Amino acid sequence: MFAIGLTHYLVVAAALFTLGVLGIFLNRKNVIVILMSIELMLLAVNLNLVAFSTHLHDLAGQVFSMFILTVAAAEAAIGLAIVVVFFRNRGTIAVEDISQMKG
Amino acid sequence: MIIQGLVFYLFAALAIAGGVLVISAKNPVHSVLWLIVVFFNAAGLFLLQGAEFLAMVLVVVYVGAVAVLFLFVVMMLDINFVQLRQGFLHYLPSGALVGIVLLVELAVVLVGWAVSGEAPKSLAAPAPELAKMTNTEALGHILYTQYLYLFQASGVVLLIAMIGSILLTLRHRPGTRHQNISRQVDRHPKDTLEIRKVPSGGGI
Repeated sequence: MFAIGLTHYLVVAAALFTLGVLGIFLNRKNVIVILMSIELMLLAVNLNLVAFSTHLHDLAGQVFSMFILTVAAAEAAIGLAIVVVFFRNRGTIAVEDISQMKG
Repeated sequence: MIIQGLVFYLFAALAIAGGVLVISAKNPVHSVLWLIVVFFNAAGLFLLQGAEFLAMVLVVVYVGAVAVLFLFVVMMLDINFVQLRQGFLHYLPSGALVGIVLLVELAVVLVGWAVSGEAPKSLAAPAPELAKMTNTEALGHILYTQYLYLFQASGVVLLIAMIGSILLTLRHRPGTRHQNISRQVDRHPKDTLEIRKVPSGGGI
């Protein structure tokens, strides 16, 4: 039980990923919490990559994980900027109200 | 071995508990704070696996930049969070169903899965012995040689994200007084300053 292997890390990552998906479903009105849930899911993916990288003694997984961190940071910045602009225009961030781009 | 196991369980339990609280906290500010807890514990898990550099990057970039950005936005926008939370229980059954299905699928994958015997032959970047090189040094070696173009491309992604978010949020508000640098620089002392000799007791 105390010998920690690859599977332990994969289980943690799977649980975190599921929590991220669940968060998107539960907080369907609050776009900020949805963004946070996406961050959780990306973190779970990173955990998976690092676990495999350690297990196989292959550094490529960690390099890829760094790229995912970069993209996640960029995504958070752009997403929050869009939220701020939307709030400035409409005075709300409820997801149902974001329907202006529908034809 | 036992200590490593205990530390793993501590970090894993705290990370998952933090994740639960991120998605269930009433106040988004609390959500962000629990997200920070999750990031710290994930950094601990990275450390346990020998990925020190990524652990530090996670703390610096995520806790130091992304989480603070979230905090700023949550606190800056004047939002009625109670209204946004309506329907939480309404969405709970379908959300829980999707979550359980996903978890079962992941469990099935985890149970019926093994590393192929061929895998060690096809490593992209074999990790050097820890005695020869630290994790950070080894990552630097391959990042600046083998993955140089990808590294530069990720820099471009960050640059575009920076320009994009500045462009999105920058606005010119009419009616505000701005500093006009060219007018400031154009001013000469002789246009604005006059020196007079004031006789004592006389005044101007």
